[in-house]
Amino acid sequence: MSVIETSHLTKIYDEGPVAVRAVDDVSIQITEGEFTAVVGPSGSGKTTLLNIIGGLDRPSSGSVKVADVELGDMNEDQLIKFRLENIGFVFQSYNLIPVLTAKENTEFIMLLQGVSEKERDTRVLQLLDEVGIGEQANKRPSEMSGGQQQRVAVARALASRPKFVLADEPTANLDSKSAENLLDLMLQLNKEENVTFIFSTHDQRVIDRARRVITLEDGKILSDESR
Amino acid sequence: MVLKLAWRNIWRNKRRTGITLAMTIFAVVLSTLMMSIKEGVYENMISSTAGDFSGYAQVHSNGYWEDKSLDLAFELTDSLEQKITNTNNVEGFMPRVDGFALAAVDNVSKGSMVIGIDVEKEKTFHGLDKRVSEGTYLTANDDAIMIGDGLASHLKLTINDTLVLLGAGYHGMSAVGKYPIKAIVKFGSPELSKQLVFMPMKAAGMFFATDQLITTIVLKTKNSNNGINAANSLTQKLNEKYEVMNWKQMNPELVTMIEADKSEGYVFMFILYMVIGFGIFGTMLMMLAERKREFGVLVAVGMKRIKLSIMVWVEILTVSILGAILGLLAAFPVCYYFFTNPIQYGEEITEMAEEYGMEAVLRASLAPHLFLEQALIIAIIASVIAIYPFIKLQRINAVKEMRS
Repeated sequence: MSVIETSHLTKIYDEGPVAVRAVDDVSIQITEGEFTAVVGPSGSGKTTLLNIIGGLDRPSSGSVKVADVELGDMNEDQLIKFRLENIGFVFQSYNLIPVLTAKENTEFIMLLQGVSEKERDTRVLQLLDEVGIGEQANKRPSEMSGGQQQRVAVARALASRPKFVLADEPTANLDSKSAENLLDLMLQLNKEENVTFIFSTHDQRVIDRARRVITLEDGKILSDESR
Repeated sequence: MVLKLAWRNIWRNKRRTGITLAMTIFAVVLSTLMMSIKEGVYENMISSTAGDFSGYAQVHSNGYWEDKSLDLAFELTDSLEQKITNTNNVEGFMPRVDGFALAAVDNVSKGSMVIGIDVEKEKTFHGLDKRVSEGTYLTANDDAIMIGDGLASHLKLTINDTLVLLGAGYHGMSAVGKYPIKAIVKFGSPELSKQLVFMPMKAAGMFFATDQLITTIVLKTKNSNNGINAANSLTQKLNEKYEVMNWKQMNPELVTMIEADKSEGYVFMFILYMVIGFGIFGTMLMMLAERKREFGVLVAVGMKRIKLSIMVWVEILTVSILGAILGLLAAFPVCYYFFTNPIQYGEEITEMAEEYGMEAVLRASLAPHLFLEQALIIAIIASVIAIYPFIKLQRINAVKEMRS
């Protein structure tokens, strides 16, 4: 079953003197349970593509359907609600809320969703245990390493039980050991819980372990290879 | 969660919050102290000019205040007395007969204000007996007078001397009398002191031929505000035969002077709070710039913009209100100190103050409205300032902010 479907997606930035086609006529389908890497050099349009799929940015033309819902038909408020209920985000620089603990950061999304306290508590502890930082639950981001923070970010992304997780260069700021551990974790979640992951990356370790690799160059799909 | 987040965000940059708090505290202390001392001066002026002698409210026959004619004297009936005593905020009343006469001795004379008083009530309600500087206080049956120390020195009189009073009485009767001076009373205001002649009500009735009639009822109230309230209530109760006037209506010049002085204070306060407002605005802009990325992330993961705006609004308002409360807590002891230990004027200013009938001290006021006003002003300033981030966050672009 297709979770994401883009059709002739194009994004043109024309704020500068020269219009830039960040995404150029991209049509892809991503099915449930995929572990997909979107790769390519800097400026190839990876992040823009992920932002459009995640409803953070709007395409200049073309369409994006997530779980059969056309994102282009939604206004900003509807998109925020849609993201909250359907998409988990993992960012390159973790982007945890600095004043909240690991537990509170993970819980935050569920609070926005209006999940009951009891359910929140159970799920947060379960998630933090799953990502291996149950013991760090009461620490704030500044008291944790980059790898630990990114694990919290993964737990936060999964907290809302999203249809898929978008991860923008999740290993870029991690040392090799932390990056390996994070990849193991995400693969495990993908296999055991059937969580769909879509990464943008140019980290070869991630590319090597992805089951599908979409290569972009100058905004166009250069190759789309399943393994 | 929004409140928890807001509270923690306030303390994430302690130095910035500290600076904002310090600024607010400083402004509130300065502004409260200034307004408290100003209010204290006004209270002193009002009490010296109106409260001590003429009371904060009076009842006359309609038109008396304009004409000041003895022909408008009226009877203090039981029903009138009852209406007055049953009025809220009225603690008592003092009937008087006010008239004018020429006070003469040998070849010297001076225009004077002759006031027939209920000696017991004047003693009880405003301690007229305590103003006696020489001699003894009057009794109800005395056929004698007390005069102001200014008049005594002008006419070179002392106790047991005799003063001749010549004037017009009720309905054109001549008012002539010769009275021994039983006491000399001291009044702060030189103007009053040079004019005042007190005589018991009975003697005044004889002198002015008003018999039992009176011209004025002075209402005794706790303070100037109660005087205004009492006058308003009594106006509703009395018919058009009477006029009830509050101290503001009887002293319009004083009111104008206070209003003019207050305006100056407001200008100073406005400048002070503008500086503080810009200070808060500056730190708020810094905060917004610092947290752009975080705001972007919050919107990206699904936080509604309105919630984000409310969170920042709560942060700004909380810091400002906290500053205002701490400022008030700091200001209160300072104001209290200047209330219990008023600043004494120098000799020259003391003389000037006394000329205006004022107590020569700068005493702070502890009126609650002064303190509440400052907190309210800070809350309003903070709310107005918080409009900017509120609107800005409503238009936030998550992708753009996350890239910043």
